[in-house]
Amino acid sequence: MFIPVENSLCSFKGFTLVMPAVAVGNVGQLAVDLIVSTLNMKRVGYVHTDCLIPMAGNNPYTTCRDDAEELHTPAEVYTAPELKLAVLQIRAPIIQTKFKKFRQLIVSWLKSSGFSRTVILSSSHAYQRDDQQLKGMPLRYLVTPSLLKVSEDALKSLGWREMEQVPAFPGMTDTNAEPRLCIPGGGITKGLYSDSCSEDLPLAVLLLFCSEGDNIPDAFTLVNHLNDWLHLLDSPSQEANKWKIPPSWSLLFGSGIPPALF
Amino acid sequence: MATFFGEVLSEFSRAVDDDEEDQDENEEDEQIRRELEEKREVHLHWSSEVTELLQSGNKLQCSDFILAVGHNAARFLSVYALASSNWEAVGHASLWNERSRAVPGPTSEESACVFHRHKETPSVLICQVICYVAEDQLFQWTEKVFDCLQHRELNVTVLSDSSVADYKTANYPCTSSAPFLRSLHTDAFRGQPVSPSLEQPNIITGLPAAVLNHCQVHGIATVVYQCYSDVIGPDSVSMETYKPALTKLRKSIQLDSSLSTDVLRKFVKTTDIQSNLYI
Repeated sequence: MFIPVENSLCSFKGFTLVMPAVAVGNVGQLAVDLIVSTLNMKRVGYVHTDCLIPMAGNNPYTTCRDDAEELHTPAEVYTAPELKLAVLQIRAPIIQTKFKKFRQLIVSWLKSSGFSRTVILSSSHAYQRDDQQLKGMPLRYLVTPSLLKVSEDALKSLGWREMEQVPAFPGMTDTNAEPRLCIPGGGITKGLYSDSCSEDLPLAVLLLFCSEGDNIPDAFTLVNHLNDWLHLLDSPSQEANKWKIPPSWSLLFGSGIPPALF
Repeated sequence: MATFFGEVLSEFSRAVDDDEEDQDENEEDEQIRRELEEKREVHLHWSSEVTELLQSGNKLQCSDFILAVGHNAARFLSVYALASSNWEAVGHASLWNERSRAVPGPTSEESACVFHRHKETPSVLICQVICYVAEDQLFQWTEKVFDCLQHRELNVTVLSDSSVADYKTANYPCTSSAPFLRSLHTDAFRGQPVSPSLEQPNIITGLPAAVLNHCQVHGIATVVYQCYSDVIGPDSVSMETYKPALTKLRKSIQLDSSLSTDVLRKFVKTTDIQSNLYI
């Protein structure tokens, strides 16, 4: 359920929504963190639901001492009105039995909010690629028919690769089974995509094949890829990294070393 | 997850194990799932007086709600507040999950999550939670409890236990500094918390987080005091850390501050740890 922050005008008419799928290596979530932190986006509301595991913390994007003590929750919506951009950040895993409910909640919110398009940032297990997926760059995209209608030219000029369909029974030649879309480790990505196809929602999925570990480089790859399309940061080339790493990314691998060790 | 030095942290695998839920779930599966969900439901049992009040469409008048999560926090309240005879039990919450005992004695279940009300100022409510509330039950617990309370002018204080292993800092936390308090509060909370604020990238999870989430979106003034302790069992030193948190509350609760640490110690059951080298 979307709950707006007090005193915030909430109209998403014509906005582009970027949201992560909780997936392998949390790449989508990290990429969204970079967007919010770099564009200095403002929080406009919460998605308050029983589908996410509760967590709370102080401001993850704090820049000075004054804004450090600000409570943040598992799912929040940020906007940059001048860019007509909204972002939904999800900071907690979805409860196993509530995947479907969460998907339905997101789809109905997308429908009622009037976003002009939605982009899901996601990832998929690198080790489960088939032969054709191993070739070339590790980035793929998917678009629903209703977004394809309006963005076909733009996508064509980018030269991106669409996510391949894989055979239902690899290695079997004479089955009549249709090849299907498979996004292992992608969480709700596939479900959300197929729901949007059937609901005629303009939605795109950008995904990256990766493995668990230090996924910060993956997040940069994905967010730069998104930037090629949406031009959130207007740098013609990607020479220097202009994305701002939020302070909440510190100590990703635990505390410092105990001095008693030496 | 284990850190470089072998501390085992209770963290999720970031990989998503089972992402594609079975599309063609048959009726039997669905029934099993539904029954399991029903079994995991959180139930509130109020005294007859409160039940009557709630049934007539009213809510519990509450100005201060103090929630203690964990053994140290709960026992601290037992010693400093509930030890005086001015409190009456008005209800308890019951729930079942994978960590519940196979044969729960009725007494243990009832004492795992009890609500107490002050006899003279009935707007002060205390709740002690010493049972494990599973992830899928946290939201429900919070919704159900707060649904019974009147929200206007409500102040919530949560005392919560945590392990120092869950605390991240660039300087390794030296053992002499534990136990220590950190606070986190909602935007509606006015005033100065008695302890430093929880630094990024630390987060709070579990019941205190569920309460904070609920209170943040509903505009309820709430502060959580998290005690990071390096002792596994309940101990009197960790309990003492909560003391400053309650001095703020003394207006509403008459605290027996004359108690000495010896009394606290009596409340601590000597946990039988002979050695943690061999199990």
